[in-house]
Amino acid sequence: MKLTHILASAAMALGLATAAVAQDKTKVGFIYVGPVGDGGWTYEHDQARKAVVEHFGDKVETVYQESVPEGADAERAISQMALQGADLIFTTSFGFMDATVDVAKKFPDVKFEHATGYKTAENLSVYSARFYEGRAIQGHIAGKMTESNTVGYIASFPIPEVIRGINSAFIHARKANPDVEFKIIWAYTWFDPAKEADAAKVLIEQGADVILQHTDSTAPLAAAEKAGNVIGFGQASDMAEYKPSPRVSSIIDDWAPYYIDRVQAVMDGTWETKDTWDGIGPGMVGIGEITDAVPEDVKEEALAMKEAIASGEYHPFTGPLNKQDGTPWLAEGEVADDETLLGMDFYVEGLSSEIPD
Amino acid sequence: MDMDSITPALLLASLMVAATPILLAGIGELVVERAGVLNLGVEGMMITGAIFGFAVTIESGSPMLGFAAAAAGGAGLALLFAALTQLALANQVASGLALTLFGLGLSSLLGQDYVGLKPVQPPAFKIPLLSDIPFIGRVFFSHDLMVYFGLGLVAAVWFMLKYTRAGLILRAVGENHHAAHALGYKVVRIRILAILFGGACAGLGGAYISLIRVPQWTEGMTSGAGWIALALVVFASWKPGRVLLGAWLFGGVTVLQLNLQAAGLAIPVEYLSMSPYLITILVLVIMSADKSRAPASLGRIFHASG
Repeated sequence: MKLTHILASAAMALGLATAAVAQDKTKVGFIYVGPVGDGGWTYEHDQARKAVVEHFGDKVETVYQESVPEGADAERAISQMALQGADLIFTTSFGFMDATVDVAKKFPDVKFEHATGYKTAENLSVYSARFYEGRAIQGHIAGKMTESNTVGYIASFPIPEVIRGINSAFIHARKANPDVEFKIIWAYTWFDPAKEADAAKVLIEQGADVILQHTDSTAPLAAAEKAGNVIGFGQASDMAEYKPSPRVSSIIDDWAPYYIDRVQAVMDGTWETKDTWDGIGPGMVGIGEITDAVPEDVKEEALAMKEAIASGEYHPFTGPLNKQDGTPWLAEGEVADDETLLGMDFYVEGLSSEIPD
Repeated sequence: MDMDSITPALLLASLMVAATPILLAGIGELVVERAGVLNLGVEGMMITGAIFGFAVTIESGSPMLGFAAAAAGGAGLALLFAALTQLALANQVASGLALTLFGLGLSSLLGQDYVGLKPVQPPAFKIPLLSDIPFIGRVFFSHDLMVYFGLGLVAAVWFMLKYTRAGLILRAVGENHHAAHALGYKVVRIRILAILFGGACAGLGGAYISLIRVPQWTEGMTSGAGWIALALVVFASWKPGRVLLGAWLFGGVTVLQLNLQAAGLAIPVEYLSMSPYLITILVLVIMSADKSRAPASLGRIFHASG
């Protein structure tokens, strides 16, 4: 009797407390794949989280967990956050996809947002940025600036997003310089500075004088700087500390407007499942300052391409384009549809290596 | 695929660099284990060394001071382990694991202000004349000082363990601490010194990653190198020469597999990625088919009472 009484009142007190908190504040959770200090991908997501705090002030409470491994452990981390009373949870890596879907099923009242994935549900939205638009500009600069005609590419995992980036960069590098070749190393990690540095060194030793990276740390830029006469690009974040060279430009992810928008929607009760895929035009993908290490004419061409992409006048995947095995993909003037791009699992013609399974 | 793009001299030269962090940490842990102590905190001490070395290099502008601070930082963390296991007689496995977790947390706390900064680079130390020899000069004689330091340390530890009285005493403590105690050797004191040495070496190994190999500070940047060093000691049957061999193998295959990938070799990347672990373990296991075994008192707690 006594025990049940205590339990009941405890439960009530707890209920009241959470209710009170829920009324006051919207709790927003973030699951990060790397540390917030990675200087790249996760850093930008955390900047956007800070922007949410700045924008909403006392009306919002944010929690985050960093360096969450992709896989089974992610599900535990996301569930934990939902149990803590988060109203909206952003899971910010492709590898969290299935975990997010599972947790979303278990917590129908919590809203979920998964970055770079493609599985949606009643309470699960997906959002991503058209990084390949930025890759096109990088490819152009790389093709123009390489003297050895060898461009090194540090790839992370063989998923559509990464393959899209390689294709986009390659197409535009070849357009700028028909002799250019890509050497690709799959690091199988988003974040491992020592491994990224090793990969960059190997690419440089094998003759690459431009390094493109789809991993999150600044280690490849450090390796490029050490080697001298090698250029690279900021990935996900501006990586401005390596200006003006080796970092000659960058792709910057700007998640803040989207995050603020979605938090507002939860507050207003207007949140709906959405599939967002924005590029340079709406500002989700930013192109960092092109430094003076790039010749003036190349810089102008790159900026012109940026304008054309932003206005929708030019699509980086415009035919004629063939697949790697020579089969036609896009006819003259034809533009790739989003579905093919989202599931991209093939290289375009001219790339010499194979995509790992 | 074009194999021509792989330059053997450069490949071997980067092997030496890639092997140095685990070599330093491994040789330190070897001394600790030969003294009969199992310290699983190598990863924690490495990353602590990495941030201490990085921070001091940034503040002072001197990589030498940075490395000294890294050794001190690693040894400082090791001192904590020594106090727990040698004085408070805590379980070594649990304390070591705790040390790793603590080191990772401490380093990311200390490192918050150092993200994105660039340390001063120590000059490559080209040994005069020798470095001009074609091929060999590039492979062996044009590295930074720490590479030579690591090799020297392995030689010194090997000599110390095999030929000196100090080495004999250390091994005695590791094999049978009661007998060593009965002979009048200060078991606890000797073990604490060994633990401190191991910590300093791990710290240097960590700083080599943050100051030379990468070079920058990012959280969790040692990413498992400490565990590899630990495994290396076991698979090397607690012999310094084999630690060196194992480190070179591991570093070598790591660099080689990246080279093969970049050259477009048609082997699935997954196999290439696991090859460093597989080949290193395989070779060392085959080598350890002789009668070598672990120090008899490894991991056991010593108390003078009995």
